[in-house]
Amino acid sequence: MSQSSVAVFSWPKINDIALSVADGSMTAVANVEKALSLIREYDNTYHAILSTCEELALEKAKKIDDMVASGEWNAEEYPLLGVPFIAKDNLLVKGTETTAASNMLKGFVAPYTATAVQRLENAGAICVGKANLDAFAHGGSTENSDFGVTKNPHDTGRVPGGSSGGSAAAMALGYTPFTLGTDTGGSIRQPASFCGVVGFKPTYGRVSRSGAVAMASSTDVIGPITSNTEDTALIMSVMSGKDELDSTTIDSDPNEFRNVSDKKSVTVGVVKELLSDAVAPEIREEVEAAAQAYRDNGHKVVEVSIPTIDVALATYYVLVPAELSSNLSRHDGQRYQYSADDTATLEESYEKSRTSGFGREAKRRIMLGTYVLSSGFYDAYYKKAQKARTKLISEFNKAFETCDVLLGPTTPSVAFKIGELTDDPIQMYAQDIMTVSVNLAGLPAISMPVVRNSSMPIGVQIIGQHKKDAQVLEVASLLEGRES
Amino acid sequence: MSDIKKYIVNGYYPTIGIECHVQLKTKTKLFASVSNEAREAAQNTLVSHICFGLPGALPVLNEKAVTLAAKAAFALGTEPQTYSKFDRKHYFYPDLPKGYQISQFEEPIILGGEITIYLENGDRKVINITRAHMEEDAGKSTHPAGRDYSLVDLNRAGTPLLEIVSEPEIHSAEEAKAYAKELWLRMKYAGVSDVDLYHGNMRFDVNVSVSKDPSKLGIRSETKNLNSFRSVERAVEYEIKRQIELLESGGEVVQETRGWLDDFQKTVSQRTKENAHDYRYFPDPDLPPIILSKEYVETIRSSMGALPQEWRESLEEKGLATQTIEELLLAEVEFDELHFLDVFTAIDDEKRAKNFANWVLNIFVPRQRDKADIVCDVERMKSIEAAVYALLSGGKLSSNAAKELLEILATEEKLPTDIEQFAEEKGLIQMNDSGELEKIVDEVIESNPKPVEDVRNGEMKAIGFLVGQVMQKSQGKANPAEAKKLLQSKLS
Repeated sequence: MSQSSVAVFSWPKINDIALSVADGSMTAVANVEKALSLIREYDNTYHAILSTCEELALEKAKKIDDMVASGEWNAEEYPLLGVPFIAKDNLLVKGTETTAASNMLKGFVAPYTATAVQRLENAGAICVGKANLDAFAHGGSTENSDFGVTKNPHDTGRVPGGSSGGSAAAMALGYTPFTLGTDTGGSIRQPASFCGVVGFKPTYGRVSRSGAVAMASSTDVIGPITSNTEDTALIMSVMSGKDELDSTTIDSDPNEFRNVSDKKSVTVGVVKELLSDAVAPEIREEVEAAAQAYRDNGHKVVEVSIPTIDVALATYYVLVPAELSSNLSRHDGQRYQYSADDTATLEESYEKSRTSGFGREAKRRIMLGTYVLSSGFYDAYYKKAQKARTKLISEFNKAFETCDVLLGPTTPSVAFKIGELTDDPIQMYAQDIMTVSVNLAGLPAISMPVVRNSSMPIGVQIIGQHKKDAQVLEVASLLEGRES
Repeated sequence: MSDIKKYIVNGYYPTIGIECHVQLKTKTKLFASVSNEAREAAQNTLVSHICFGLPGALPVLNEKAVTLAAKAAFALGTEPQTYSKFDRKHYFYPDLPKGYQISQFEEPIILGGEITIYLENGDRKVINITRAHMEEDAGKSTHPAGRDYSLVDLNRAGTPLLEIVSEPEIHSAEEAKAYAKELWLRMKYAGVSDVDLYHGNMRFDVNVSVSKDPSKLGIRSETKNLNSFRSVERAVEYEIKRQIELLESGGEVVQETRGWLDDFQKTVSQRTKENAHDYRYFPDPDLPPIILSKEYVETIRSSMGALPQEWRESLEEKGLATQTIEELLLAEVEFDELHFLDVFTAIDDEKRAKNFANWVLNIFVPRQRDKADIVCDVERMKSIEAAVYALLSGGKLSSNAAKELLEILATEEKLPTDIEQFAEEKGLIQMNDSGELEKIVDEVIESNPKPVEDVRNGEMKAIGFLVGQVMQKSQGKANPAEAKKLLQSKLS
């Protein structure tokens, strides 16, 4: 198993934790206390966590322990019994501060809980804290957090990736058995790759977005960050499924993730466009090593081409800013958000609240999105980008006519140094080049860690067919336990 | 072109297009399962995280609203689009919590359609419908006088509306009023809206322009939020007059939004459209497109009752006058729970139909307005009509007695099984027993020698007096026609 070498604590597999709590050999309260003490002890160094919800978490843990003690409960309903976790701070958890790492939402206490979090808690899991991110999930390094950057556990001089950098770092450190991230253009996979953990982006619509602070509605998805694919499958089995609060959710078989099928031979397609010269040689080597591993296990490996991937980044940076500029309109300083003082008129209140409430990156993206949606530019940018997106989807479909899954790197390079790219937004956006096309197509994908001694981790990405999330996990599991 | 002539006012050809916001009668909001019943509720009590635009809140479409919009399509003489979708319309205002309104821009649920309007001189005219789209209402802002703050009530935010846009084919204030009224009738009969104008269930925006050249449109003003047929008529009249005066005095009409001051019967400028707003419409990614199957559309069509124009046709066939029909159509809206019109379906005789129309308009409607105690049951009303009409036409009831009987029957908790016997017990049946009537007639002849003499001498006026005497003596139970016949035969 590719257990991260930087973990400050090694949790058992999630199913084993739940079983131990069920048989009384472990308690939910002890698990929560352990997680909280790890955060207290180590997080001054890494700053992966923005807030903990100690009181609430202990209260929930106590309830679970009482329930177990009473004997009046059904173990089948609690596959995550007493398992602590950390949620990215753009996920609403009732009664806890949810800031999306932006001053705009500083002090905002969520009055309801995100469906995904609620489902995990209904299954016995307990949210103990909220992880750092780039403000409103805009970025790939957590350097856009209004509350300070998270340090990569493998090298504190480097970024953990982003936007779910706090969640990936917390997972690498082993604060909790799993963490939650959100992935709009790579925000789970890229930090998972940088931190050497397993990051899964489900099929769009598989996990409800209700209660996730929206970035881009048509690509946002919540997913788990774990240390192994078995845990990922368990979390997905609990979290996914249709939600009446999100009309873009899709039906799925709840048993899909529980019945791992026989490992019959699959065809793995290596995507030509994902192995361009922009990718560091050491990373290309690891992708080739993964391909070889599949060959060695009796699977077929072929090369495929998805030409539109070359314009996926441009497409993404038209469509996503368009949607987020709209989604961020609600942050106008008039209700629950940051509101500028001393404004004489309504107009001024809007202007000052949004000017000082949003950070630089959010403003940059709001301007981009506003521009591409403006009359006169809509057809040239937004409509054209939608056409490119449709073309991209059809190319993926075509590739899947011959392949079961696709293979490529997660990122073009390993984790970069803090401050290295902050003055060059284009270079920063280029970090997403390997991941965004998957979001535009709404496909499931995973970043599998290749942890190497004394050098930064690398991620290998496996992309699956629409709704075939379980197959992605199954194929990815073959990469576990390899030595690099 | 001869048609144009009749519309010309002081050399100008007025053109009017009307946008109407119809509140769909759903129990809950368009995108949130929160009650719509905002009339009596305290401010900001009918709100959820969705209405409040909290982070992470997503809209979920209320299917009932789609059903009602589909019904509206049929009411507008067309079918709903099988594919439509929602777009976001962006602008900042404190009563718009998300910073955008969810509306339908590119692909509305209704495209096309037409309605026939009915003018007072009996003329009819077809007005085409451009489109109709679903959208959510905003909240309500109030600006207390002399205060440095405004108040926002979000109860109304998210209320489902259907905005119906007419083609600019209306050319007079009277036509504008007739259009508004016809739309109102249709939305009511199709069950799309409660159409309560007082509570703003339908609000009209009139776009008015005038032009010396009928082939060119002048610059238009838009007068918003008119909530009565009268104010639609008056606002259009006012705008036509104002714009002509302005042009005649060398001025120019500016494209602007105006408001109607009912107390002063005038429009006033609210905001000019110099800086045309860029709403940055784009498809709402939170809401999948609405795709209606043929079966679904067919189910809705077959679930709909008759529309006003269908009633007009069937009531005309029964020989009712236009004016009477229009009054009946309005009575049906006022007291929709009574379903008066359905009773006509059981009547195919012209005389009987006219008679029932008379009862509805002169007996039931005043009674219901006054006491509101008529039992709501169509089948029951059908049997009352049949029984009472039979007694009346059989001469067993006087029209006054019929009125009395109808009021009793319509409001009595339990309908008597034998209505004739019931009328008898109430002393309402006319005296048709010739023996008894003859006795009274003889008595009257006996005690009124002077008028009797006059009748015998051919002064037929006096017979009226004698009939009156018979009626008095019989305490109104005598059939006056029978009494007259008998008197005539005895005195000839």
